Amino acid sequence: MFEKLYKIVEKLRPNFEEGGKFHAFHSLFDGFDTFLFTPNTTAKRNGVQIHDATDSKRTMIMVVIALIPAMLFGMYNVGYQHFLATGQDAGFWATFAFGLLAVLPYYLVSYIVGLGIEFTVAQWKHEEIAEGFLVTGFLIPLIVPINTPLWMVALATAFAVIFAKEIFGGTGYNIFNVALITRAFLFFAYPTKMSGDQVFVRTEGTWGWDNGHALVDGFSGATPLGKLATSEGVQVQITNTLGNQMTFLDAMNGLYPGSVGETCTWAILLGACLLLFTGVASWKTMLSIFVGGGLMAFIFNISGIENAAATTPWYMHLVLGGFAFGAVFMATDPVTSARTETGKWIYGCLIGMLAIVIRVLNPGYPEGMMLAILLMNAFAPLIDWFVVQANIKRRLSRLQTK
Amino acid sequence: MTTIKLKKGLDIPLQGQAAQETMGVSRPDVFAVVPDHFAGITPRLVVHEGDRVKAGTPLFHDKAHEAMNFVSPVSGEVLAINRGDRRKVMSITIKADTQDEFEAFDTKNLADGEQVKQLLLKAGLWMFIKQRPYDVIANPDKQPKAIFISGFDSAPLAPDYAYVLKGQGSALQTAVDALSKIAKVHIGLNARQHNVELSSLKNVDFTAFDGPHPAGNVGVQINHVNPVNKGETVWTINIQDLALIGRFLQTGKVDLVKLVALTGPMVIEPKYYRYRYGAPAGQIVRGSVHNEIPLRIVSGNVLSGHQIDLDEVLEPTANQISVIAEGSDTHEFMGWIMPRFNIFSQNKTVASAFLCGKKDFEYDARMLGGRRAIIVSGEYDKVLPMDILPEYLLKAMIAGNLDKMEQLGAYEIAPEDMALCEYVCTSKMPVQAIVRQALDNMKKELE
Repeated sequence: MFEKLYKIVEKLRPNFEEGGKFHAFHSLFDGFDTFLFTPNTTAKRNGVQIHDATDSKRTMIMVVIALIPAMLFGMYNVGYQHFLATGQDAGFWATFAFGLLAVLPYYLVSYIVGLGIEFTVAQWKHEEIAEGFLVTGFLIPLIVPINTPLWMVALATAFAVIFAKEIFGGTGYNIFNVALITRAFLFFAYPTKMSGDQVFVRTEGTWGWDNGHALVDGFSGATPLGKLATSEGVQVQITNTLGNQMTFLDAMNGLYPGSVGETCTWAILLGACLLLFTGVASWKTMLSIFVGGGLMAFIFNISGIENAAATTPWYMHLVLGGFAFGAVFMATDPVTSARTETGKWIYGCLIGMLAIVIRVLNPGYPEGMMLAILLMNAFAPLIDWFVVQANIKRRLSRLQTK
Repeated sequence: MTTIKLKKGLDIPLQGQAAQETMGVSRPDVFAVVPDHFAGITPRLVVHEGDRVKAGTPLFHDKAHEAMNFVSPVSGEVLAINRGDRRKVMSITIKADTQDEFEAFDTKNLADGEQVKQLLLKAGLWMFIKQRPYDVIANPDKQPKAIFISGFDSAPLAPDYAYVLKGQGSALQTAVDALSKIAKVHIGLNARQHNVELSSLKNVDFTAFDGPHPAGNVGVQINHVNPVNKGETVWTINIQDLALIGRFLQTGKVDLVKLVALTGPMVIEPKYYRYRYGAPAGQIVRGSVHNEIPLRIVSGNVLSGHQIDLDEVLEPTANQISVIAEGSDTHEFMGWIMPRFNIFSQNKTVASAFLCGKKDFEYDARMLGGRRAIIVSGEYDKVLPMDILPEYLLKAMIAGNLDKMEQLGAYEIAPEDMALCEYVCTSKMPVQAIVRQALDNMKKELE
C-alpha cells in the first residue's frame, strides 16, 4: 500500500523539479514528500556511514505531542469558563465542543499565516522547509487570551515569523522564542485587548453558537494574577471566575481564566514528562526555573514587602499564570536557551527569579514569565560566553602550569 | 596502572563481529599505491613506467621531506602511473611477481632516535606514524613529547586486537624499544578485556580505559593522560601497525601484510583476512557478502570509515571493512511519527531506544532526515568524553575562526573523535568533513 503511494509521489516528482510545470512549489512538494516518506538519501562517501534514527521532524513532533494535553484541557476550560460566566450548565461534551470551536480558528490562523511565510521563504531561498514552526504554530493559540481578535493574531504571527526568525536566517538562528515574540507583539501593540477582566473568558459565543447571554452576578474574568496585581492592601485573595477563594489544588486543576494552554498544571506536567523522558527538553533548564522561581517567591514571602503578589505563598506562584507553561515549553526551546550544560542552570534559575520579580515589583504586568524568558533569551549567549571562556582558560592554564 | 572511567560515549550494537579465524587472500596480478591515502603529502615520483621494483623500493617521496619515502608493497614491474586532473598522481600500479623479492634494510645497531627515524622514513614505514595536531602523517622535523598508541578499538565491530596481535609480543617489544629512543611510548589498554601481548610489554607507560566508544580512540586517551597544548606534538600509531614496524625491525624486510576484519550485517561469514597493502578490496569482499540488495562497502568502521568501490585499494592503516545495506531502496512511511522498533537510536524519541531486548536492528546508510541548522543542544557533549565543547569547536571550524579553534581544542581533535557527534546529530551536520577541512586549513595557515 505504501509502495503504491510511493509510486504516485515519484510520478509527481518531475513536475516539481527544475523545468517542471510546478517548480514554483518545489519546497511545498518536498515538504509533503519528506512528510510521507523518510528521505532515503544515503550518507556521503566520507563521514559517518550510518545515522541515528532521530531527526529534526521527530524532535519537533515530540514537543507538539507533549502540548496536546494542555491544548485539550485548554479547550475544555474555554467552554467551562464561558458557560460559568453565562450561568449555564452545558455538560462535558458541549463544554468541550464550545472550547474546540472557539480555539480552532486561532490554530487555523496561526498555521496558515506562519506556514505560509515559512513555505514562501523556503521556496525563495531554495531550502528545505524547517520544522520549527510546527511547534511555534501550536504554541501561539495556547498563549493568547481567547478573546483576542483573529486579525491581531495573524498580524502578530506574521511579525514574529518574519522579524524574530526569518531575518535572522530561519529556524536555528533566531535569538528570541518566536511564539513569545508573537505574544509580546500583541501585548505591547494592543495592550487593551491583552489585559483587563474581559479578555481571558469567551463571553460571546463562537461560530454563532450561544451568542448574547447576560453575564452572571459577581462574574470577574480577570486572571488570578491580574486580580493580585490590582488588589489593594496585603490581603491575599486569589479567586476564580465567581470570586471564590482558590486553593493550591484548584490552581493545579486549572479551571480558572487565563491563556488557553497555561492554566492546568497537571496537563503541563504530563507534557513535561514526555519531554524529559525523550530528552527533547533539558531537565536542567526546567528544574532550575522552578527552583529559581520558588526561591525568589519565598524570599518575597519573608521580606516583609507589603503587596499582595509578594505575600502570595511561593508555591502558588509556581502553578498560577504562565509560570509552569513557560518553564516547560517556552524556556526549554534549545535554540533560544543557553546551550552549554552549565549555562542551562544559570539561565533557568534567572528566568524563574525574574518572572517572580516582575510579578511582585511591577504592578503594570501581572504576569512576568513572558518578559523573563525573552530577557533571558537575550542574555543566553552571554551566559554561554562565560562557560566557553572557562573552558578556554582551563586549556590555557594547562599550558602555563607545565 | 591507573584506570580512567569514561561515561560519555555510545556503543552501537551492530551485527557481524568477525569470528576468530583468518583466511588468506588470493594474490592479484596488479597492485596499486594511492598517494591520496597519505594525508598532507605531495608526491614526487622516483620511478617510471616499466621500472623493476622490489617490495620496499621507493615509488615516490614527499615534496616537503625528501627523506620520506613511500614504497612498493610487492616486487614486480611498474605498470602505469595514472594521473587525474592537473596531472595529479592518482595511483601507481605494479604488475606483481608471483614471489616477492624484498629490499634489504640494515635494522641493527640503531644507536639513537635519529637513526630510528631515518630508517623508518627510508623504508616507507613512516606513513604509519601520525601526529596530533591535525591528524596527518607526522612531521619528522618536529620532536614529539610522547608517542601514544591505543591498545584496543572500541568502534562498532572493530577488530579484536587480543586475537590480531596473538604471538606478536616480541615484534611489539622491538618496535617499542626503538621508538622509545625518540620519545616515551604510552599505550592505552582496555579495562574490559585483558590483552596479554600488550600487558607484558616493558619500557611503556600504561593507562587503562573503561567506557563506551570512543574510549579506544587514541585522541580521547591523549586528552585524559597528556593533552596536546599549543606548540606541542604527539605521535600516534595504530597498534597493528606498531607490530608491523616491529617485524620490519626484526627482519629488515618491508612486508606490508596485516589482518583486516571483514565485518557487518551483510557479510555471510565475518572473519579476518591476511591482506597485503595495494590489493583491491574486492579480493576480500567478493563472494563473501549477501548481494541481493544494494550494498555499501566501507573501509574502516561505520562511524569514521569511508565508502569504497570493490576495485579500490584499502588505505595502509585500514584494519577493517564494514559492509552494510545501502538502503536507497527503502521507503519508510512517515518515519517521523512511527514508533520504530527495528532501527537503532540513542534518542528516546524512538521506541527502540527504551524498549530493550531487541538487538538485531536493521542498519543502512540512509541519513534518516534532512540537513538543518544546529537546533538541539547538548547532544554532542554526551558522546565526546574529552574536556572540549564540541558544538562551539564545530562552530568555530565552520566560521574558519583560527583563534577560536585553537582556544577550544582543535589541536587535540581528529575527525574520528567527533564521529559519534555526527552519528547522533539531529540536524545531520557533516561533522567529520567540517573537522577535516578545518584542520587542513589550520595547518596551511599556521605552518
